[in-house]
Amino acid sequence: MFFLFTSCQPKQNENTIIVWHWMTDRQPVFEELSKIYYQKTGITVRFELYAPSEAYAQKVRSAAQGRNLPDIFGILGEKREFASFIKANLILDLTPYMEKDFSNWKNSFFPEAIMVNEFKKNNTYGVKPGVYGVPIDVMTIQLLYNKKLFEKIGLDPEKPPQDFDEFLKIGEKINDKDFLGLVSGWSEIWLIECFLTSYAINIMGYEKVIDTIKGKVSYTDSDWIKVFELFQKMREAKLLSNDIVGMVNKTAEQIFANNKALFAFNGSWCVNVYKTMNPKLEYGVFLPPKVNKDNPMVIRGGAGSSFMVNSASTKKEKAIEFLRWLTETEQQIYLAKATNNLPANKYSLKELLGPLVDFLKGMEYATHPNIWEIREKAEVIEAIGSGVQLIILGKKSAKEVAEEVQRIKERNF
Amino acid sequence: MKKLKSTLENYAFILPALLIFFIFYVIPFIWVFQFSLTNWDGIQPIKKFIGLDNFKEILFTDKSWWRAFLNAGYICLIALIFQNTLAFLLALACSRKIRFRNFYQTVFFIPPILSEIVVGMVWRFILNDIDGANILNRLLNFIGLSQFVNKWLANPNIVLTTIAFVHSWKGFGWGFLIFLAGLVAIPTELYEAAILDGASSLKCFRKITLPLMLPVIALVSILTILGTMQGFVLILGLVGGEFAGYASVPVLRILAAMRDYLRFGYACAQGVSLGLILVIVSFIQYKLLKKFRKIIA
Repeated sequence: MFFLFTSCQPKQNENTIIVWHWMTDRQPVFEELSKIYYQKTGITVRFELYAPSEAYAQKVRSAAQGRNLPDIFGILGEKREFASFIKANLILDLTPYMEKDFSNWKNSFFPEAIMVNEFKKNNTYGVKPGVYGVPIDVMTIQLLYNKKLFEKIGLDPEKPPQDFDEFLKIGEKINDKDFLGLVSGWSEIWLIECFLTSYAINIMGYEKVIDTIKGKVSYTDSDWIKVFELFQKMREAKLLSNDIVGMVNKTAEQIFANNKALFAFNGSWCVNVYKTMNPKLEYGVFLPPKVNKDNPMVIRGGAGSSFMVNSASTKKEKAIEFLRWLTETEQQIYLAKATNNLPANKYSLKELLGPLVDFLKGMEYATHPNIWEIREKAEVIEAIGSGVQLIILGKKSAKEVAEEVQRIKERNF
Repeated sequence: MKKLKSTLENYAFILPALLIFFIFYVIPFIWVFQFSLTNWDGIQPIKKFIGLDNFKEILFTDKSWWRAFLNAGYICLIALIFQNTLAFLLALACSRKIRFRNFYQTVFFIPPILSEIVVGMVWRFILNDIDGANILNRLLNFIGLSQFVNKWLANPNIVLTTIAFVHSWKGFGWGFLIFLAGLVAIPTELYEAAILDGASSLKCFRKITLPLMLPVIALVSILTILGTMQGFVLILGLVGGEFAGYASVPVLRILAAMRDYLRFGYACAQGVSLGLILVIVSFIQYKLLKKFRKIIA
């Protein structure tokens, strides 16, 4: 009772900005930057780390419900959730700050990084147009190959597969007693979705994918069946095993880092992860090999982590000033070098090295559902992901999965 | 007047506990029920009242929910049979004067106090060949039972059974402890008198132990059902997710509704449904055991 009636929120210090984040690998670097910022301005920035990311996402949602979000925070989730936060008046519109001085601040970022934080006119979410977040870094998700294992099976370690057939043929050389084919955290639907979306756009083109989301094209269309069949082909070619369905990405990273898998499907954040797990790992990065040579290959990318400013914060201006400083070239170079992540500031790329450069090259081909005009419903995405898992397990055919996805699509449309 | 004063005084003593119960149990439950009648996304302040639509969807259209329920039911069945039988037999052994009794009691109680995620990862290490040591399969090969070697966590046909057995291993310590407390509480005079009358060990068990232990069995069974139907962390530790629906359980579906679909109202409705079903199942089980006790008596 004493606790209930006497406890209260600590007094807010006007010179302390609170930032919530989930990035375990960046906490020491953030703290270092915070010290520099304090020396420069006398303002303390307290970075509070909450991990793992799922626990963080839940914490932010609970804080949103209780209206006690910190001054700066990030949102993990799709754009629909971001839109809900804005509509609930929890996030400050940063457009006037971004567009000040001939959009100097806005133009310092990769356009793809800004687009993720931007809501255009007449957007389907019903959000007032504007920029609502500050990107801290960008990322791309691509295929990786182990150079040593490539050599071991008689392949050129500098030449990753150029097309999908070549990719499948490598499966013949895999003896799964020694190492696996492709590993990735495919127990998580979102990573399957990333892989599948790249091939859907490569096979049928962006417009047709969007038309499917709009309900104009059925998932039972022959092109979609071709997309689902790719997983069947990869399974038959021994590039995929059942184990991938129960694999979290951390496990996949550990397997690849231990030279136990030929390929991995992972994001640019892995550079830091592999460096920690096995500094001697030799690997290359390549775009998923094309199925349809006439269409471009796109990859998931652009959106890294972003920070939002709490619209109810009494220190809004100070928070914005800090974010402006954090995304300046010097700080971005420091962050990129210390954490091996791709900086969001496009002028900070000079000093990037190794696989990060290859991941950066992928930005040219990057796209993200969060910047598309329409996003598929989560229920349908889950049906696609589970369907692909069933194909990998050999429990359903591509056609059966396509029919099931379409059924759920119709139910939710 | 004196009686009223005394009654008020008594109520005053339990008031703090009642208040805490009301604030942390009753009010949240009312809120959850209230949210279950809305289409709230968990973030925006607007909560549109949609009546019983969420419950209708759960009942008539959400196949994945019922599949998750069946999966949890299967785990529950194995836990009820395997976990509780094992717990009962071990408790029976430990209730007698055997050597190292205290040691056994301590060892049997270690699994339940371990975190579920740790247990999941340890068993993943034991059962998996890629990121684990594949200990079980190696052992099977070593003792000449190579025909039973399997991909315990990657074969969709057996993944749920594997989960059920690991869950039982993790949970049997609780049952063991409760059974042991029940067995120790049975007066030894009853056994002594029965033995003097010429009763065999089996007869003693059937006529004394079993009837007197029935309330304890009922309690352990209800706790097993409640614990198993609400489990999910172990599954995340073992297979990382729902494994294409083969390892999906109700709480994972509730999490998906809340986290992936942003359907907080629907997730609340799923939670209320799960709670209601568990209350009904526990009630039926309690009644059945009561009837069974009468038959034995």
